[in-house]
Amino acid sequence: MRVLRRIGFAVGLPVVLFALWWVTSASSTDFYFPPLSRIVDSLVEEWFGPRLADDVLPSLLRLAAGFFIAAVVGITLGVLIGTYKRLRDLLEPVLEFFRAIPPPVVVPILMLIFGIEDTMKIVVIAFGCMWPILLNTAEGVRAVDSVLSDTARTYRIDGVARLRNLILPAASPQIFAGLRQGLSVAIILMVISELFAASDGLGFAIVQAQRSFAIPEMWAGMLMLGLLGFLLSLLFRIVESRWLAWYHGLRRAQRAS
Amino acid sequence: MLEVTGLKKVYEGKSRTVEAVRDLTFTLDTGELVCLVGPSGCGKTTLLKCMSGLLEPTSGSVRLQGKEVDGPPPGMAIVFQEYGRSLFPWMSVRENVELPLKQKKVPSARRKQLVDESIAAVGLADSHSAYPWQLSGGMQQRVAIARAIAYEPQVLLMDEPFAAVDAQTRADLEDLIRSLWKQFQVTTLFVTHDIDEAVYLGQRVLILSKSPTVIRQDLAIDLPDERDQLHTRSSARFAELRAQVYSQIHRPREEQDAPVAAVAPAVAGQP
Amino acid sequence: MSDTAPVTVVEPAAADAGAPAAATRGRSRGASPVLLGALGLIALVALFEILPRIGVLPAQFFPTSTEIGSALVDELGRSAFWTALLDTLQGWALGLAIAAVAGIVLGIVIGSSPLLRELTASTIEFLRPIPSVALIPLAVLLFGTSIESKLLLVVYAAFWQMLIQVLYGVQDVDPVAQDTARAYRFDFWARVRYVTWPTALPYVMTGLRLSAAVALILAVTAELVIGNPGVGNRLAVAQSSGAIATTYALVVVTGLVGVVVNLLFRFIERRALSWHPSQRGEVAL
Repeated sequence: MRVLRRIGFAVGLPVVLFALWWVTSASSTDFYFPPLSRIVDSLVEEWFGPRLADDVLPSLLRLAAGFFIAAVVGITLGVLIGTYKRLRDLLEPVLEFFRAIPPPVVVPILMLIFGIEDTMKIVVIAFGCMWPILLNTAEGVRAVDSVLSDTARTYRIDGVARLRNLILPAASPQIFAGLRQGLSVAIILMVISELFAASDGLGFAIVQAQRSFAIPEMWAGMLMLGLLGFLLSLLFRIVESRWLAWYHGLRRAQRAS
Repeated sequence: MLEVTGLKKVYEGKSRTVEAVRDLTFTLDTGELVCLVGPSGCGKTTLLKCMSGLLEPTSGSVRLQGKEVDGPPPGMAIVFQEYGRSLFPWMSVRENVELPLKQKKVPSARRKQLVDESIAAVGLADSHSAYPWQLSGGMQQRVAIARAIAYEPQVLLMDEPFAAVDAQTRADLEDLIRSLWKQFQVTTLFVTHDIDEAVYLGQRVLILSKSPTVIRQDLAIDLPDERDQLHTRSSARFAELRAQVYSQIHRPREEQDAPVAAVAPAVAGQP
Repeated sequence: MSDTAPVTVVEPAAADAGAPAAATRGRSRGASPVLLGALGLIALVALFEILPRIGVLPAQFFPTSTEIGSALVDELGRSAFWTALLDTLQGWALGLAIAAVAGIVLGIVIGSSPLLRELTASTIEFLRPIPSVALIPLAVLLFGTSIESKLLLVVYAAFWQMLIQVLYGVQDVDPVAQDTARAYRFDFWARVRYVTWPTALPYVMTGLRLSAAVALILAVTAELVIGNPGVGNRLAVAQSSGAIATTYALVVVTGLVGVVVNLLFRFIERRALSWHPSQRGEVAL
């Protein structure tokens, strides 16, 4: 009964909203707001059809590549900057500046340097989502508990073992916070990088549809993008909750006491 | 086996310098259980950190088996007061105990034996796979003690390990320390601010003054070797020793060099 | 999904990297952090001067610092630049204001009712991760390059940041305080005013700071991609006309605006919360 209730609450409003959209748009003759039925048709035929491999997949691969590079570089630099106070003092204003640059504005510059192919798009994604990862990692590493750190020292846990058993796990909640922020930036940049110049990709296809006034297809593409954003964040949450199970447990235990 | 000679630690701040430890000299013999007792804020933690090589003393030296300590030495384990912060929260009880042994390159069969033995010795044989934060405070401190014992240290330092647990748990843990000490015969320095605890546990009690810290007295505890919470604590000798420690700690600074004063009347009220 | 609204939140003072805590804590001897920081900035400028000159970075793509600097000075002397900057800031401020008000009002209404919270949780979780750039085509079709298209993107992006923080803050209200207020027969408005709002304030402030940053990104992005008047559009024009140094100079401008916005909102956050007991000191382990 409780489960049913929960499911009811979870799907209730979405179903109502969807139904409302369906009904109110059913007889729509407004060019820009076509009936939802046509949008769904297009979604199924186009986006889950040929475009899945032609456009969605290339976008996702570039997203994965850029995000992965940003994670590796961001965590590595973040650990270094978080560990050495002098380095942190030296770089903090510089990093503050780079973080404050709205990532899309570097697209025109990176386009000059890397052309308009995949490399540019991957670099754009990596560049943009690296900062939250880097800064959060540095903060997490800086804030490693002093008693825990002393404990590791007295047991002579140093070098790689220290990194693996102390620094990275201790900073992992912040690292994940950075990765989460980075992921949403990455999705934005995935789309943006395809708007300027591209021959395939989700963003490219949506804008293409808009320019050729294929309105249902455009709406379907927007839905697809939304669905993708939702699924990626869901996936991220699942990974995070498994990886950080200890952390959530610890927080609950602390809150209960 | 552990010698502290002329140890002095001065913290240099921006605007003021604080002399946390003035001049400490004492030794620990192999297999001894010595308690170090002093008022709150008398630099006990500073002393311990200097001894363990976590802090560099301003002057003086610490020698472990004749070798100068200039960083955390092998063969030394510490149990911190903040059990909640000294256990790795992302590791199970077992992993916590095992990690230092892995680092020490103990072969895996021996490692397993040591881990099993020490976890059993502290009475946590059922909690191998639990995370530390799933345990009560007293149990967490047991895990930290198990980790220290499994490490087979030459010296075990304990920094007010029971200051943050409730009274009943505390009594249990005190008895645990006595029995572990007998079982494993580790040289132990137990730091506390609790006079009763110091007298109950130690073979010797080192009494520290207020900061800047010096040693007031090195007192041998001639209580019988078999101790228990009920009889030992209610014995006349225990009361005398406790009174002596108390009066030393609360002796005003001017009398520092005068002979030990008579037992203070207020002693009975001291916990 | 858990019992509470299953949202991930940046907690005040806890997460968010590069927070001022890092700057104020722990002073080592030797060079002061400020001096080192200045040194870092100088080094960055110097590198951008030297590397293109000696050919490590290709000069055709990387103008030197002096070139960027003079392009920047040149820009600062043009009224068109200032008009563009004002356009950007206008879109940003307006969008942020709308998003903040909507986020706060809806957050308090939804957050105050367990029923509404449960009803909307899944919908919020679905809509929130939808990238705001997905709305670009629609914005272009409906509004062209007028300010509404920019606002649509800015408001959408900033709204969720705000709403999530407010929801989290409202849930943080001490049940005892809530019961006390009810026992004294406070009506809804009084409860909001004296109980809910003060508790939620730290979260509102954090939400505001995060929203401000996101709003700026989306404002510039809209200008860049859609072509609304503003710094972003100016940058796109500079790039397509081959004025590379000017392009870099404008990137620097957006970065500086971003820094100012961050500092400003951190300052406001700290000022508004200096009295708040629950604030500060809560650092994630």
